[in-house]
Amino acid sequence: MDRIPILKLGGALIVTIQVDMHDRLALALEEDLTAMIARTGARGVLLEISALEIVDSFIGRMLVSIAAVSRVLDAETVVAGMRPAVAITLVELGLELTGIKTALNVERGMALIQARLAEEEDGCGGDREGHEG
Amino acid sequence: MTRIDGAEVLKRTLADDEAAILDAWTLSLREGTSLQSGRIREAELQTQARAVYRQLRDAFAAGGLDADAEGFAQLRDTLADISRSRAIQGFTPTDTANFVYSLKPPVFEALEKAHATDAATLAAGTRAASRVLDRLGLHTMEVFLASREEVIGRQGQEIAELSTPVVRLWDGILALPLIGTLDSARTGVVMENLLQAIVDEEAEIAIIDITGVPTVDTLVAQHLLKTVAAARLMGADCIVSGIRPQIAQTMVHLGVELNVVSKATLADAFAVALRRTGRKVVRQQASIEGRG
Repeated sequence: MDRIPILKLGGALIVTIQVDMHDRLALALEEDLTAMIARTGARGVLLEISALEIVDSFIGRMLVSIAAVSRVLDAETVVAGMRPAVAITLVELGLELTGIKTALNVERGMALIQARLAEEEDGCGGDREGHEG
Repeated sequence: MTRIDGAEVLKRTLADDEAAILDAWTLSLREGTSLQSGRIREAELQTQARAVYRQLRDAFAAGGLDADAEGFAQLRDTLADISRSRAIQGFTPTDTANFVYSLKPPVFEALEKAHATDAATLAAGTRAASRVLDRLGLHTMEVFLASREEVIGRQGQEIAELSTPVVRLWDGILALPLIGTLDSARTGVVMENLLQAIVDEEAEIAIIDITGVPTVDTLVAQHLLKTVAAARLMGADCIVSGIRPQIAQTMVHLGVELNVVSKATLADAFAVALRRTGRKVVRQQASIEGRG
């Protein structure tokens, strides 16, 4: 079965969805991503969905649930590059993805995640970083 | 008794009494209301009448009584042009239909005069004239109505386009001045325009200005919220501005909550947008009052 690759970049994980999401693929992605966050201790997840043309309520709910699971594992999800048609569909479905950060493109999405990482480093003394270093 | 060909009778009368029929027709057109409304000049009306008459006569010469046939194609086109221009000029349907129907009495008179003694021929000719002219009159009305609807449709489209412009205020700052009532159909257009503009301009902030929205009820608020939510999903923030005092009161009384950043005026919203994108407007020189 196809799987969506998850890339690690610094303290962030990057997922670009470049195929049509079907339900099993979405479920597999959630599992893989959860495992990956736990393994790498990533603090941010960037979901790049500019190639995603069709969403249904299930995929919408998967986005929400991926974000919720990530939050439990202390990683923030940023959805980047959503197409206008997809945004309209999600709103019409009543899935406003509250609690998920959004960005226009990967660049801005990464900036959001970097900002969070930098903030935590300053604020909490970066204990996680400390262990690694 | 042999069957009398009405078309033949009519054709002969139209050819023989051309001057008399045309005179009577233009006279009745002149007395009609279309001239009095001042939308068309007498000379133009006469030219049209003459052209139509000539083509009608030619169509008969080509043969047939069937106004939908090939021989009448040119006449139909001429009539279509005339009624289309009348629709655009704002003539009433009566004026437009009368243009053709007022040809009937002069034709009947001419037929009567020519065949006063032969009742059968007269009847055949009258029947033929009625049939052809009625069909042509209907054709005129059909084109008239189609043109009117075209005009109305175009206007509706223009209004829809005019009323949902997305303007770029600055790099990454868009404004959407809404004018008129928001319904579902318009919200759809507004949303699409805004989201596409956000993608095109790589905008971070969109200001939705509702100064021109006359009333905000729960439905309109819901539509606004949808637009804001969709823009947020794209990664852009929305600011709603231009909520008038009365509307603010009504909204609170109705229990409508927007739950988005809202500012009183577009200027305030723009200031917030500039600040959020890390910009600032400063005066270049001290003000006149400042210098004394």
